[in-house]
Amino acid sequence: MTGLLAAAPVLAGLDPPYWVETLIKVGVVALLIPTTALILGIVFLFKVMSWMQSRLGPQEAGPKGLLQLLADGVKFIQKQDIVPDAADRFVFKVAPMVVLISTFLLYVIIPGSPNVVVESLDTGVFFALAMSSLSVIGILMAGWASANKYALMSGIRAAGQLIAYELPMVLAVVGVVIQAGTLNLNGIIAAQADFKIGPVPFPFFILTQAPMFLVFLAAAQAELTQPPFDMPVAESELVGGYQVEYSGFRFLFFFMGEFATAFAFAAIASVLFLGGWSIPFVTYDAADPNNFYHSWVFWLIGPAVLFTKIMLVSFLIFWFRFTYPRLREDQLQKICWKYLIPICLVWVSVTAIAKVVM
Amino acid sequence: MTALSDREQLTSLANQAADSRVNLEFETEGMTLNMGPQHPATHGTLRILVKLDGEQVISADPMPGYMHRGYEKLCEVRTYPQVTTLVNRIDWLGSFANEVPWILAAEKLMGIEAPPRAQYIRTILFELSRMANVSLFLGDLGIQLGGITVGFYAFRDREHVLNQIEAVTGGRFHPNFDRIGGLKDDLPKGWIAETKKAMEKMRAFCDEVEDLLFGNEIFQKRTRGIGLIPPHVAQSYGLSGANIRGSGVDWDLRRDACPPGLVYDKADWKVWTHPDCDSFSRSWIRLQETREATKIVDQLLDSIPSGPIMAKVPRIIKVPEGEAYVATENPLGEMGYYLVSKGDLNPFRVKIRSASFNNVSIVPWVCKGVYVPDVITILASLYFILGDIDR
Repeated sequence: MTGLLAAAPVLAGLDPPYWVETLIKVGVVALLIPTTALILGIVFLFKVMSWMQSRLGPQEAGPKGLLQLLADGVKFIQKQDIVPDAADRFVFKVAPMVVLISTFLLYVIIPGSPNVVVESLDTGVFFALAMSSLSVIGILMAGWASANKYALMSGIRAAGQLIAYELPMVLAVVGVVIQAGTLNLNGIIAAQADFKIGPVPFPFFILTQAPMFLVFLAAAQAELTQPPFDMPVAESELVGGYQVEYSGFRFLFFFMGEFATAFAFAAIASVLFLGGWSIPFVTYDAADPNNFYHSWVFWLIGPAVLFTKIMLVSFLIFWFRFTYPRLREDQLQKICWKYLIPICLVWVSVTAIAKVVM
Repeated sequence: MTALSDREQLTSLANQAADSRVNLEFETEGMTLNMGPQHPATHGTLRILVKLDGEQVISADPMPGYMHRGYEKLCEVRTYPQVTTLVNRIDWLGSFANEVPWILAAEKLMGIEAPPRAQYIRTILFELSRMANVSLFLGDLGIQLGGITVGFYAFRDREHVLNQIEAVTGGRFHPNFDRIGGLKDDLPKGWIAETKKAMEKMRAFCDEVEDLLFGNEIFQKRTRGIGLIPPHVAQSYGLSGANIRGSGVDWDLRRDACPPGLVYDKADWKVWTHPDCDSFSRSWIRLQETREATKIVDQLLDSIPSGPIMAKVPRIIKVPEGEAYVATENPLGEMGYYLVSKGDLNPFRVKIRSASFNNVSIVPWVCKGVYVPDVITILASLYFILGDIDR
């Protein structure tokens, strides 16, 4: 068992029963989602955004307005849970949960260090991509069940967009997987830490997979429905799209889902392309128990390193979000099919050939 | 519609026939979408009834009137000086520009002309309100396209102009400063130097918007070739302002038919036109106009003459019997007042020709066959103020 508890020497002796372990894991992820959403929301949506737009942003709640989002969350929970008369009540109520569950399952496989991981799956990348595409079902459910024309259009736009952008995302990951030779996220990080071309070390896959990194970021942006790919939300056209009829804590779920998913995608991008928890030029040896990466200190350093990289990638994601205007739906599809996918296919072949030759 | 060619009328008929059967290929039904009166893209209470086939618009019908305040009728029960307060609220972003044609129409009937200094200050304030209005257009254009950052920059930099207007008139939005025969007050001390600094900042803002928005490839993709209005169609619908210049028609009331009382001929400036006739060209014209406006203000500030700011006007203003129509080139386009006087304290009848009403009337023509997101781009580029449509 390579899980969180089994790896900890002290806790390993306890060896809790399976259900206790599962409960603890669920609890950890359930805590992580609002925390990370809060961090991204405060740092980027409030502070970085207001800095970029030359305004102050929230100032009153807490020191420098840092607790604004917490106050907003409390406000949302207090609000009435309105369901439109014409809505399909059950589907309408379940939809935000589906979106959140997709995010929830993404968090399960993100490794904070060789040992700090909720579940180190051997099919990690595959699992992540499969789970991230679940959210489209939630959005489609919300769009249809709201019984609102704007929501319906938004749901259909979202379905077209999210399914189309699954492809470049998968293909962008394929390059990394070929180079690393494994689907396990910890394995991919280990492969990056050791990767050399001749004698020269290349600690990050971004150095060899730069086009894929950009494609992955673009696809992640589309999956997150953020500008310039935010047609399903498009507040100036569709008035918020599938979220238009939601209020109270269900709206909060969508909001949390959006930011927590942004965090999760940034985490996956940093694991795949920026070496995750690994520190450049510090060698990783999975077999050696005295290796720095296996030490107790790294239990704390690993997640901190990963967090730094996540914040860097998130900054990119949100920078695009605040700068660019929105594309049109057909232009979005054109970009996907005419540019991103061919770029990916070419780079996948290049990677495959290089892998065989070297 | 009469000015349209036979070919276009036939196309229009064919389109109408197509509306009734919508989409035979997939046997789908159309959807009627009610955009507004509380839709963010209509920034006000314009209602647009859109019939859709998928994402494609088969017809778009603007339905104004949700904010009708009856200004033309209200003018009849007010004295001439009182009317300026009322008409301030027509185009609320460039308020001072609404007062000017009214005052000029009254001056024309009374046979008064304001002293040169008042004419200069009037023209300067007119151009300042144009900048206040159009800079917000540039920001709103970004917001409608999803680039909200430009919107915040616009709100930030518009303050420079609004501060200057406030320093003279005491009001940021509703100056109520123009008087028959002159102006209420003279300029405050040091205002000229400060305004020149503000003009520098406006030019910097224009450069910033050009970099951020007009140079952006996504923006160009969204606006170039979208919302084409050929010159003869623009003329037959009575478009004015940047909308008609964006269609390549070289027509500007400031240069072509400047009424006495404004001194545009004293400054050296250029009327920009653009041959593309699309949303991009209309927006780009407005950007250039803001730059030209800063030039006009700079030149007029340099050559502003000294002297009184008020002509000799009777204490109780009675306008002699007669009719007059005076139109000026307002931020949104041609704005004119048709004034009928019977020699009383109050006007007998007032007809306001506001630019936005005509500009929006082209929406059904231009929105046919475009996609839903393009409707937003086209509405944003046509640029209307709800108060200017409904009055």
